[in-house]
Amino acid sequence: MSDTLLSVQGVETYYGNIRALAGVNVEVKKGEIVSLIGANGAGKSTLMMTVCGSPQARTGSVIFDGEDITRLPTHLIARRRIAQSPEGRRIFPRMTVYENLQMGASLDNLKYFNEDVEKIFTLFPRLKERQSQRGGTLSGGEQQMLSIGRALMARPKLLLLDEPSLGLAPLIVKGIFDAIKKLNQTEGLTVFLVEQNAFAALKLSDRAYVMVNGQVTMSGSGKELLANPEVRAAYLEGGRH
Amino acid sequence: MEYFIQQLVNGLTLGSIYGLIAIGYTMVYGIIGMINFAHGDIFMLGGFAALITFLVLTSVFVGLPVVILLLVMIAAAMLTASLWNWTIEKVAYRPLRGSFRLAPLITAIGMSIALSNFIQVTQGPRNKPIPPMVSSVYNVFGIAISLKQLIIMFLTVTLLAVFWYIVNKTSLGRAQRATEQDRKMAALLGIDVDRTISVTFIMGASLAAVAGTMYLMYYGVTVFTDGFIPGVKAFTAAVLGGIGSLPGAVLGGLLIGLIESLWSAYFTIDYKDVATFSILAIVLIFKPSGILGRPEVEKV
Repeated sequence: MSDTLLSVQGVETYYGNIRALAGVNVEVKKGEIVSLIGANGAGKSTLMMTVCGSPQARTGSVIFDGEDITRLPTHLIARRRIAQSPEGRRIFPRMTVYENLQMGASLDNLKYFNEDVEKIFTLFPRLKERQSQRGGTLSGGEQQMLSIGRALMARPKLLLLDEPSLGLAPLIVKGIFDAIKKLNQTEGLTVFLVEQNAFAALKLSDRAYVMVNGQVTMSGSGKELLANPEVRAAYLEGGRH
Repeated sequence: MEYFIQQLVNGLTLGSIYGLIAIGYTMVYGIIGMINFAHGDIFMLGGFAALITFLVLTSVFVGLPVVILLLVMIAAAMLTASLWNWTIEKVAYRPLRGSFRLAPLITAIGMSIALSNFIQVTQGPRNKPIPPMVSSVYNVFGIAISLKQLIIMFLTVTLLAVFWYIVNKTSLGRAQRATEQDRKMAALLGIDVDRTISVTFIMGASLAAVAGTMYLMYYGVTVFTDGFIPGVKAFTAAVLGGIGSLPGAVLGGLLIGLIESLWSAYFTIDYKDVATFSILAIVLIFKPSGILGRPEVEKV
């Protein structure tokens, strides 16, 4: 199957002796938007980080573009063009917005920087206004934009987004989701995202996985899962009770 | 008044040397959060490399111009010290990364002792003098400024400018700052964190080696224990200026140099170290993060 970009096969990840992922299988095809939904502590962010090799999977394998990247160090995985906007955003607090974006373009040594940064500024005009401000002084929403922008600067083949809507006003969330959709449609960007905002994520996605206690319990197209009564009860209508 | 300015010049010279060493402490602390106690001995080792180069060059090429002699000495010292610091990081500190905080600290003390004993065994325990290399002294409005002092200040300013440029304007410097602020995120962006840390050790060692060469030239003598006291002073300078802050390290170095020479000039020389460390204690009581240091708590 040549159109599979990312394939996670039977992955188990541990923090010390605690098993965070218990045999996860996930597949992302080229050009897809795939989302991963689930409650707090289900292991969604761990899966994102395991794909990037930090921590590495103890068993199972992660295949990217036909290559086994399970045992590669994180920076070499990044150089395969997997970019992540991670949990907690992880903006460099004492670097300016501009420098944070430059860090995103480290892979090509700033070769396409001027061209790409304009795109990011068009996507998030707020970042342009704030470009010489330190990352640590931005509001949560601005940091989120910067984190996504920084990931895009790497010209990724696969974009991993961990909770892009966290802490953002609904209007900005819509803006970000529209931007993701647009990048997906015009540039064929493959996106794998984790979301608490299940409704928006499922609407956006081609396919989705539901994760509970470190295991994938359900998968299907975004529409199927939106219609699924269990998913509706657990993630769309305010909990089981 | 002339006496005061004279002491100021002497203090700034000494402070320049402390500042150059202090940068190595502060950079390593910034990037991996440990105090490299072997750094003072890297400084001493740089001095010895310069000494050996001096002896070899002056016996093989008699009458070599002093400028060339000095430049080769500095280059040899930088190379040797970098190689040692790089190796120490690789074999002694890297395997302990992620271990409990005291482990690399204790190892660093071990490395410090190992290095000074190594020099003691291979080079002998006695003082190693060299004949004066530059002896011109200029008289500016009644103040004696030696060429040695001018060389030291000129080199320090030049190196700081180069260093400032690397850290603030190049992709290497950006990678260093990113690694310092969030190592995991730097790796996620494709930065080779191990390599960046190695480069940091090399840069710190290079500056210490220049300082070691200057120290040798200034005092005309070195000995295997010479890493300790200047090392501790430079470490103090880094803490005084605010550990982790590059301008702080330089400022701290200059301050300590000034305190030392002014105290020796106006009070008793026996208590100059007491004075230095008392001022450190007082500053830390009122500003625990040092003069230019940032408070530990930060909004992320």
